[in-house]
Amino acid sequence: MAARQAMPHQDPKERARNFDEVALGYAEEQAIAEASRCLECRNPKCVQGCPVEVDIPGFIAQMKAGNFDGAIATIKLTNSLPAVCGRVCPQEVQCEELCVLAKKGEPVAIGRLERFCADHERKKGVAAPLRTQSTGKRVAVVGAGPASLTAAADLAKEGHAVTMFEALHDTGGVLTYGIPEFRLPKAIVKDEVEYIKQLGVDVKVDYIIGKIKTLDELRNDFDAVFLGTGAGLPKFMGIEGENLNGVYSANEFLTRVNLMKAYRFPDYNTPIKRGKRVIVVGGGNVAMDAARSALRLGAEEVSIVYRRGEDELPARKEEVENAKEEGIVFRLLTNPVRILQGDNMTVKGVECIRMELGEPDESGRRSPVPKAGSEHVIDADIVIIAIGTSPNPMILSGSDGLKVSPRGTIVVDESAKTSIENVCAGGDAVTGAATVISAMGAGKLAAQTISEYLRNN
Amino acid sequence: MSYTILEKKQIAPQVHLMKVLAPDVARAAKAGQFIILRIDETSERIPLTIADFDADEGYVTIIFQEMGKTTKQLAKMTDRDVLLDFVGPLGKPADVRKLGTVILVGGGVGIAPVYPQVKAYRDAGNKVISVIGARNKDLLILEDEMQAASDELHIATDDGSRGHHGFVTDVAKKILDSGEKIARIVVIGPPILMKVAAGMTAPYGVETIVSLNPIMIDGTGMCGGCRVSVGGETKFACVDGPEFDAHKVDFNLLMSRLGLYRPEEAQCQETHQCTCRSGN
Ligand SMILES: Cc1cc2nc3c(=O)[nH]c(=O)nc-3n(C[C@H](O)[C@H](O)[C@H](O)COP(=O)(O)OP(=O)(O)OC[C@H]3O[C@@H](n4cnc5c(N)ncnc54)[C@H](O)[C@@H]3O)c2cc1C
Ligand SMILES: Cc1cc2nc3c(=O)[nH]c(=O)nc-3n(C[C@H](O)[C@H](O)[C@H](O)COP(=O)(O)OP(=O)(O)OC[C@H]3O[C@@H](n4cnc5c(N)ncnc54)[C@H](O)[C@@H]3O)c2cc1C
Ligand code: SF4
Ligand code: SF4
Ligand code: FES
Repeated sequence: MAARQAMPHQDPKERARNFDEVALGYAEEQAIAEASRCLECRNPKCVQGCPVEVDIPGFIAQMKAGNFDGAIATIKLTNSLPAVCGRVCPQEVQCEELCVLAKKGEPVAIGRLERFCADHERKKGVAAPLRTQSTGKRVAVVGAGPASLTAAADLAKEGHAVTMFEALHDTGGVLTYGIPEFRLPKAIVKDEVEYIKQLGVDVKVDYIIGKIKTLDELRNDFDAVFLGTGAGLPKFMGIEGENLNGVYSANEFLTRVNLMKAYRFPDYNTPIKRGKRVIVVGGGNVAMDAARSALRLGAEEVSIVYRRGEDELPARKEEVENAKEEGIVFRLLTNPVRILQGDNMTVKGVECIRMELGEPDESGRRSPVPKAGSEHVIDADIVIIAIGTSPNPMILSGSDGLKVSPRGTIVVDESAKTSIENVCAGGDAVTGAATVISAMGAGKLAAQTISEYLRNN
Repeated sequence: MSYTILEKKQIAPQVHLMKVLAPDVARAAKAGQFIILRIDETSERIPLTIADFDADEGYVTIIFQEMGKTTKQLAKMTDRDVLLDFVGPLGKPADVRKLGTVILVGGGVGIAPVYPQVKAYRDAGNKVISVIGARNKDLLILEDEMQAASDELHIATDDGSRGHHGFVTDVAKKILDSGEKIARIVVIGPPILMKVAAGMTAPYGVETIVSLNPIMIDGTGMCGGCRVSVGGETKFACVDGPEFDAHKVDFNLLMSRLGLYRPEEAQCQETHQCTCRSGN
């Protein structure tokens, strides 16, 4: 069996100082060579690992024959954002984990192939979609993240008149304000939004549901509503010193960098503190993105402080590797106790404690326990907290009867229906912070449920 | 999106009033709320209080003081120019109820956000005593409007060029000392004024409300940049506020966080001025 084709990357030293995309994508020969590794299993396990069930052997077979147009058409039957998913899906725990070749350690690089096909199509220019005949039904989609983009596209294809409401001044949700340019170029997100506009979706930014209009008003104005409001409310640790100057939530740090383009300050006017020594608390994708952004802003040393071990890091493997190559320091089994204050209420350092892994908890993960007497101080001038987010609460004002869990997530049934008759929900707002592809899967399901509801009402 | 400026005028040195066409915001706005605007693609998002609004005509009035790059750029705009973004109404509306007699204190451009509250408290059946002040008489804004909307209007200037020679807090203290029963004091202005006012009213045990102005980005509760400490708890001013119980607010933290980007702000303005001087 031929070895898995390596992804060409920008040189680590160089890329650690710029915001250009890190992974450069396969060349055509590489893509065909990688596609040729697929056994086209008759009972393809890989498909079971994909939340939207992309016909993986199907599109790969077309790639082998050099039919990239056919391949992208196959992918798009179930995945409307392949250029995004090919880049950011945690493939190693989804499609690629179940690939039969994974047992030997080298699954087919499904994500990279998907990305190749999507980029191939983008280079040629995506043909404007045909509009479906109107059903005369009106649907409101709240939020403009992957869940909403998918739901809006599917609903528009069914012929419904869709209006999308987004609180921020730009669309894309986390794809725009959270995931940095070097991992997901914003031009790709923009093109996807253009595509749904061509399908007839009316996109309104600067429009907050719960403020300009309540959900109850929206339900009266439209025949059905989809809520894809995400989970963007940052959590803090509640430790001493967390409000000092120089302590950011990852969301604030990344929003300044991505949405407001602070990395191009002062050409773009939004400032950001460029630290010399930066500590990022957390071990997920968000923490990796914040750490690598801080490095690119010119920091001398950036450390990830994470309370569990290497194997427990929730971030994508590939991004952990990328971060290490770029020189991010991993301080594992370490937890912050308090943030130390310097002059003028700025940050001077972080007092941390070492952790040991104890017995497995309910989630099956071994929970960390502090080691007494192991306190130590790490110098820092910037601290970024990336320990998770909860659902955006603003939608809840003026939404009588919308059932939410104690965690603040919107409660839905197996067909994405909320407790209110013509309202569906999906994505991070329902699951808590999860993945792009699961949000898309939920948007797709909700679109089906809404279309069915509209046929009967 | 784009939002047309219907009217723009200077109302005091470096203080400007703007009516912006934003029918959706105007329809939903309530006293105490604010908007966030962005002039163009490269601008910062800046928060400004809703100083007035007209749901029928579909406009929102903002009053701002030239501080740095964005507000200076905004000051140069004129009628029919357009703003790229104008989102709101943000924050919780002021908790206006019938309480009896209330004192509303506005300092500097803080008079602007106080004005809609004066009307709202009046409409709710309260007796409203307003106290407004500024460094000198030229900087005093909305005097006629405040006169018309209030039951009583007191004026103070730091240099004595108009009204009481001294601070608005002195005047408010005199009213408290006069023995009139005051149900609540609302104070809006520079953080230092709000801090002093909180200290002044504490011994009287009068409920004191301030409207906090920390640095904000999204205004939707998504970044935590606007966090303030109230009664030892961390709150996000954009969604939990902007109004809080003055006696519980950590003003020192607020003031230090407001100064966070001072070096960057200076740099931003410098670059801006350089390009202007180069003649293009
Ligand atoms: C930094 C970062 C990196 C990540 N990396 C990855 C990765 O590599 N791979 C992966 O699979 N996942 C990743 N994720 C997770 C993934 O981005 C999310 O799971 C996904 O974006 C959720 O999509 P969504 O549509 O549910 O919500 P979001 O993308 O959060 O979009 C919700 C949108 O709704 C808007 N909104 C909220 N309330 C209102 C309202 N009341 N009115 C109007 N609009 C409203 C918000 O402004 C937002 O734009 C990452 C997340 C972050 C933060
Ligand atoms: C809820 C709220 C309501 C406000 N209402 C008014 C108002 O009605 N009229 C008025 O004149 N001003 C108001 N402000 C303050 C106004 O937002 C700032 O003066 C403005 O952002 C300064 O921007 P700049 O680029 O001109 O100046 P800069 O040079 O960027 O900053 C000058 C100072 O303004 C503050 N500031 C900077 N950026 C922000 C930001 N994004 N958010 C908040 N403060 C910031 C900082 O203290 C800074 O030191 C309000 C602020 C808040 C949070
Ligand atoms: S969408 Fe994601 S999980 Fe599905 S095949 Fe593509 S990369 Fe794999
Ligand atoms: S499991 Fe692996 S080899 Fe089999 S079809 Fe899927 S990608 Fe190809
Ligand atoms: S401004 Fe971002 S949370 Fe308040």
